[in-house]
Amino acid sequence: MKEYPADEASREEVEIRSSGDVVKARQAVRVLAQQAGLSLVNQTKLVTAASELGRNTLIYGGGGTARAVIVRDVARVGVWVSFSDTGPGIPDIEQALTDGWTSGSGMGLGLSGARRLVDEFELDSAPGAGTTVTVLKWAR
Amino acid sequence: MDNEESKRLLELLTARRADLLAQWEETVGASLRGRVSTAELGRELGELYDAVVDAVSKGGLAGRGEHFAVVRSLLVELSRTRARQGFTPTETAVSIFALKEVLEPLLAGSVEDARAYLQFARLLDDLGLFTVEEYARTREEIISAQSQQLLELSTPVVKLWDGVVGVPLVGTLDSARTQVVMEKLLQALVDSNSAHAIIDITGVPAVDTQVAQHLLKTVVAARMMGAECTISGIRPQIAQTIVALGIEFGDIPTKATLADALRHALMEIDKAAAARPAGLL
Amino acid sequence: MSDRVPVLKIGDILLVSIQVDLEDQMVLDLQDDLSQQIVATGARGVVIDISALEIVDSFVGRMLATTAAISRVLGAETVVVGMRPAVAMTLVELGLSLGGVRTALNLELGLGYLRRAQDTPPARR
Repeated sequence: MKEYPADEASREEVEIRSSGDVVKARQAVRVLAQQAGLSLVNQTKLVTAASELGRNTLIYGGGGTARAVIVRDVARVGVWVSFSDTGPGIPDIEQALTDGWTSGSGMGLGLSGARRLVDEFELDSAPGAGTTVTVLKWAR
Repeated sequence: MDNEESKRLLELLTARRADLLAQWEETVGASLRGRVSTAELGRELGELYDAVVDAVSKGGLAGRGEHFAVVRSLLVELSRTRARQGFTPTETAVSIFALKEVLEPLLAGSVEDARAYLQFARLLDDLGLFTVEEYARTREEIISAQSQQLLELSTPVVKLWDGVVGVPLVGTLDSARTQVVMEKLLQALVDSNSAHAIIDITGVPAVDTQVAQHLLKTVVAARMMGAECTISGIRPQIAQTIVALGIEFGDIPTKATLADALRHALMEIDKAAAARPAGLL
Repeated sequence: MSDRVPVLKIGDILLVSIQVDLEDQMVLDLQDDLSQQIVATGARGVVIDISALEIVDSFVGRMLATTAAISRVLGAETVVVGMRPAVAMTLVELGLSLGGVRTALNLELGLGYLRRAQDTPPARR
């Protein structure tokens, strides 16, 4: 994903150790989304994506860190969110992004669904090396 | 940066402030042909002149440096006002370039003077380009704000009956527009407490796979909220395209005309009302 | 962690109004509580009001679908009411269809639907 200038004052970081932390992470994302001026629908989409990804970090990654910051491009503002863990990683990324595929007990919509809810999506993972998912949603 | 040169310039700019400023105002005023009041122009250029002198005295002639922050913010303001007032980019940038014209005769005497002039001219070029950039940015903002307004104007959601809202779509559907339609229609369902919605596409020239997909999503979202959504106004040739393209409309209720769709919705409401008992619980 | 969503009984209908940002454990607890309450009270209908929910992700969506299926097995019809437009649009994009879950715009329409459904034999979807 392209690097965009970040608004450092807005940076948030939440340790994800429990399902309560996932709630905290998505609340932090919502606050940033409101500050960045995302429409209500786009706020809802981004927060929902954060919720899916946060749960993945907790369940499949064994916990990790959520980071969020407001970013700016030439004529637009957006919210950048990343979830990283040091868990077992994803062996087959292609497969993990397929609708309906799940390694656990979920519906298999977490990753593929989250990808559809945001404007930019990046999945970085290797077996044994943990997983980082980065997403970005623009205000318009 | 040659200190000698910026010093010469500063001396000149400070010593002959009133004189130069008056000439600058005159040149700019002529190019704007009286569309900005003399008083306002005088204030704008005066502030800008002092800011430039101040910046050069602090840090020399590099126009993109930190010490030019005040100058740049004045230029942003100037470009924005000009863009809003409908001036052209040339008319905007001329406000800066005109200062070169004013200075030129004063600095053609010696080689040192000419060098100082060239450096200052380079600075003004830079600042002039900056105003053009700002001008373009403001115009873009205006355009995108207008297209957003147009988007909202072009999709009115109307109440057709108690419990029925409708949206007559006219023109080409793209994702941005469909998003607005969806949002407005779904919100109208909640606000008007309507369990029926009709999307009339009589005015939509063509339905391709993507448009069909958008319509489908709207219908599914409405259904999730507990409302039934009917699509009406499917013209014969559009019906043919839909079939030819192999687009699945699934179980979305479709009607040929808005009247048919309304009749369908009213019948559904009737059915529900007939089964409604006297008490709530 | 001990927070639970209250399940209210009104006549033969159970009413659940979710007012807080749900943690996953609360979602699972609610599912348990509801199935137990349906059996304990012999309820014929369940209304889940989600009008205060700012987001419904796949986990909550799955709970709604599962709860509807469980209550149907136990002889009660479930209606989910008050879904916000932004939530509905997000669910569509997410790819979650909530198939098999009855929905209504608001509590009143939801209760009206349940009353009608009880007068006529339940139609299977």
